[in-house]
Amino acid sequence: MFRNNYDNDATTFSPTGRIFQIEYAIEAIKQGSAAVGLVSKTHVVLVALKRNAEELGSYQKKIIKVDNHMGIALAGLAPDARILSNYLRQQAMSSKMVFNRPLSLSKAVHSIADKAQENTQSAGGRPYGVGLLVAGFDDSGAHLYEFLPSGSVLEYVGAAIGARSQAAKTFLERKFDEFPNATKEQLIEFALTALRDTLAQDKELTTANTTVAIVGKDQDFTVYDDDNVEQWLNLLDSLTNTRSTNIKDEEDDDDDDDEGDNENAEEAPAAAPESMDIDP
Amino acid sequence: MNHDPFHWGRPSQGTYGDYNYNIAHASNVDKSNKSNSEFPKMHTQQPMITGTSVIAIKYNDGIVMAADNMGSYGSLLKLDDLQRIIPVGSNSVVGISGDISDFQYLERLLDDLEVEDSYDMENENLKANHLSEYLTRVMYNRRSKMNPLWNAIIVAGFDDNDELVLKHVDLLGVAYSSPTLATGFGNHLAIPLLRQKVETEDDAAKLTKEEAIKTIKDCMKVLFYRDARSWDKYSLCVIEKSTKSIKIEKDVKVEGMKWDFAQHITGYGIPQQ
Repeated sequence: MFRNNYDNDATTFSPTGRIFQIEYAIEAIKQGSAAVGLVSKTHVVLVALKRNAEELGSYQKKIIKVDNHMGIALAGLAPDARILSNYLRQQAMSSKMVFNRPLSLSKAVHSIADKAQENTQSAGGRPYGVGLLVAGFDDSGAHLYEFLPSGSVLEYVGAAIGARSQAAKTFLERKFDEFPNATKEQLIEFALTALRDTLAQDKELTTANTTVAIVGKDQDFTVYDDDNVEQWLNLLDSLTNTRSTNIKDEEDDDDDDDEGDNENAEEAPAAAPESMDIDP
Repeated sequence: MNHDPFHWGRPSQGTYGDYNYNIAHASNVDKSNKSNSEFPKMHTQQPMITGTSVIAIKYNDGIVMAADNMGSYGSLLKLDDLQRIIPVGSNSVVGISGDISDFQYLERLLDDLEVEDSYDMENENLKANHLSEYLTRVMYNRRSKMNPLWNAIIVAGFDDNDELVLKHVDLLGVAYSSPTLATGFGNHLAIPLLRQKVETEDDAAKLTKEEAIKTIKDCMKVLFYRDARSWDKYSLCVIEKSTKSIKIEKDVKVEGMKWDFAQHITGYGIPQQ
């Protein structure tokens, strides 16, 4: 049943210095649909692809507002994200109540990072199975952070998490020098284009499955869903994945397209430190 | 005569039962978790060692604030070298009057706050407006537990936009702002003098720094003359907006006093020869 002797709990190192339960938690993010975020000097945009479990079911909420100046996009276990977003909301309220100031982004992300790290160092627990993109605007400007179950938090100018997010990252890497001076409309267009690249071949962006959020200078965190995203989808020339037309894709090697096939997920994640033979 | 107070005019034991010695021994230590607690927990009902007035005035480029160095135990000069104006971070100062032990508790809270605020932060985010909000919440919280911190506080400094903040917070959690502020006796003795100079924000915009310092020094003199719980050694804090500086000058002495009238005062204590 177990793949090796070192993944029974989140507190045991393997001899090669890895903690498998954390790596599995990070794998869980890749099971969720994609979310993309990017930053200009004045604004942060989050976009995400919503999934419905079945044709007649509702779509899973992907972007959660935390306060007027910040919100999160999630990929992975949504219930875990609710715990974290409720916690962030509490922190934001208490900052307003006690200090009469909005919660700063760095304080916010570090508070959930500390919460997540505790789960990797105490027995009996499990890491959060969710990755977050935390977007907001505070005294020090516009910020986008990526939160991982390991408790690591890094700031980005553009980031993508979730299924096939590598495709979005590739797009962001090509365009990121245009982000800082982009208008908010351009920023949303970049974000949706990146999100479009994560689509599976027979899928397209629709008002039902796309969610857009923006926050920035003199702009409260606003989420656009359903009919309200139409204005943003109209910015795109095509709503289907352009990569899928000129298929024969580059090195579509790794983990970005293998939803649901667990055997595949068990091959060592790319970041493995010069792994010795870990299979027993 | 029986000199034991417990025997003076007590209602008859037969009617009211034995005297409850817990009343005489009531303390503010919470004994509610013990089974023999027959008497409720008692909170601070009066300050013990106290600091007297803090006064402050706005001028065209900042704020001048002063508080003397005395801690009184009733009418006794218990402490004569007490710093009651303390800086918090690099954007604010607070001047605290009232109970000194509660002052020291607040000092510790503010120190913790400063440390907490500098975690994970590149730049300092604790501004004077945040500080006054925090202190208001602390004071209101304690008064709501019927256990107030027995202080009146003046917060001065800069807010997030580098504008001046001057705020008064008291033991009830009441907070207000004005171009002239004072706590304790200063409210009666110094405020009228300060308002002669600065009645409104417009007056403050006309007052120079030198005039403001002189006004505050005069007030400290009047306070030393007339407030019997004050001292002639004080700290003087000058906040300057244009240079964004906060300077605290320590051990300033009250100057230019005249006490020759004192020899004509009779009727108190032993007649002087």
